Amino acid sequence: MSDVKNELETLTWQGLWKNNPALVQLLGLCPLLAVTATVVNGLGLGLATTLVLIGSNVTISLVRNLVPNEIRIPIFVMVIAAFVTIIELIMNAYTYELYLALGIFIPLIVTNCAIIGRAEAYASKNPVGYAAYDGLSMGIGFTFVLVLLGAMRELLGYGTLFSGAELLLGDWASILKITVFTTESPFLLAILPPGAFLAMGLIIAAKNALDKRLEARKSQEQKVVQRARVTAE
Amino acid sequence: MLKSVSRNGLILGTFALVTTALIGLTYLGTRDQIAKQQFELLQNTLLDVMPASHYSNDVIQDCVLISEKQLHPDEPQRIYRARDEQGATGFIIETTAPNGYSGNIHMLVGMLLDGTVTGVRVLDHKETPGLGDKIDLRISDWILSFTGKIVSEATLNLWEVKKDGGQFDQFTGATITPRAVVNQVEQTVMFAINNAETILNATDSCSSIESAS
Repeated sequence: MSDVKNELETLTWQGLWKNNPALVQLLGLCPLLAVTATVVNGLGLGLATTLVLIGSNVTISLVRNLVPNEIRIPIFVMVIAAFVTIIELIMNAYTYELYLALGIFIPLIVTNCAIIGRAEAYASKNPVGYAAYDGLSMGIGFTFVLVLLGAMRELLGYGTLFSGAELLLGDWASILKITVFTTESPFLLAILPPGAFLAMGLIIAAKNALDKRLEARKSQEQKVVQRARVTAE
Repeated sequence: MLKSVSRNGLILGTFALVTTALIGLTYLGTRDQIAKQQFELLQNTLLDVMPASHYSNDVIQDCVLISEKQLHPDEPQRIYRARDEQGATGFIIETTAPNGYSGNIHMLVGMLLDGTVTGVRVLDHKETPGLGDKIDLRISDWILSFTGKIVSEATLNLWEVKKDGGQFDQFTGATITPRAVVNQVEQTVMFAINNAETILNATDSCSSIESAS
């Protein structure tokens, strides 16, 4: 029982922070940089990616014992492409409103290497439940970075936050829009892909700095403990 | 060695067959529903691209299906005919730009017989979010800049994005998408002007299909 708990805890920590797909594995940068000009776009891509990650991890985990090691990559590619296409068709048919909002993100997801990365690194070696949870926590970690990046760029570029939220969440969400300042001409550097690279670099740097500080504090604490032991003897 | 190669080939082939079959089945199962959704969107958009003052007939019922390379590379498109007491006034044309940044851009163009555009809306597209998707009215009102513009032999050189010397804004970081839309609207209106007689005289051909599906 505690094994299960441990594994889930590790997966959460890995996905959200230590092995974050966007900040550490640096996977899926292409859609990430292209789409995150606003918070809402980031959130949209994040949600769609999370759903697909969970689904593809489950599917890969289910077929993992049928797949010979040498040809696993082409098979994963096939399974993921089929899965994404089927999701797109079903969304298009039965949740048309959602499809109109999220549909344009789906072609971007197929090219997202985070998905095959997780299939290869985790789902192909672990049981279904864990694989699904890995997809969920990696997806949330990815979404978190997308939203943060979107917020930085939208704030600098347009002076707003959450503009267009009603497209994703329904009409009530239009009240979420926050206008920090109004500008005649948007700050182009923030909106275009170079701004995304810069902002991404800053976020990664901030994460590394934070990690280093935590580590330093930890080793200091250990030293203190050792000294305490010495004086006790 | 040979044995493992053929075994792996077989497994790979089986996976290919199974995944393709699954996609095929989903496609067949959802095809009608998707067509229905798209058709509803198209009908709801009809009123947006031509103000009601331009016609008095039931436009939705007055429609022909036309197969024409300029409107769509390989599928027939609907053309709705607007008429009032004096006769024909214009068309609302379903048209598809095949040269978007990522695939087809499906649009509805409203026009009067003299070549004045009464409105354009994008029904379906796969352009990059944040860059090319500004053709969508929900994202930006760029598409409204077509309203009132005239297509004629004399104004053809204005039907370009500003970068190419025309009158329409391109988007920062995305020129291919607006260029495709501008050129497609121009082509569509020119086609309708040149073939106005044929389109007006053609017999109703969409209504039977829609009632059947």
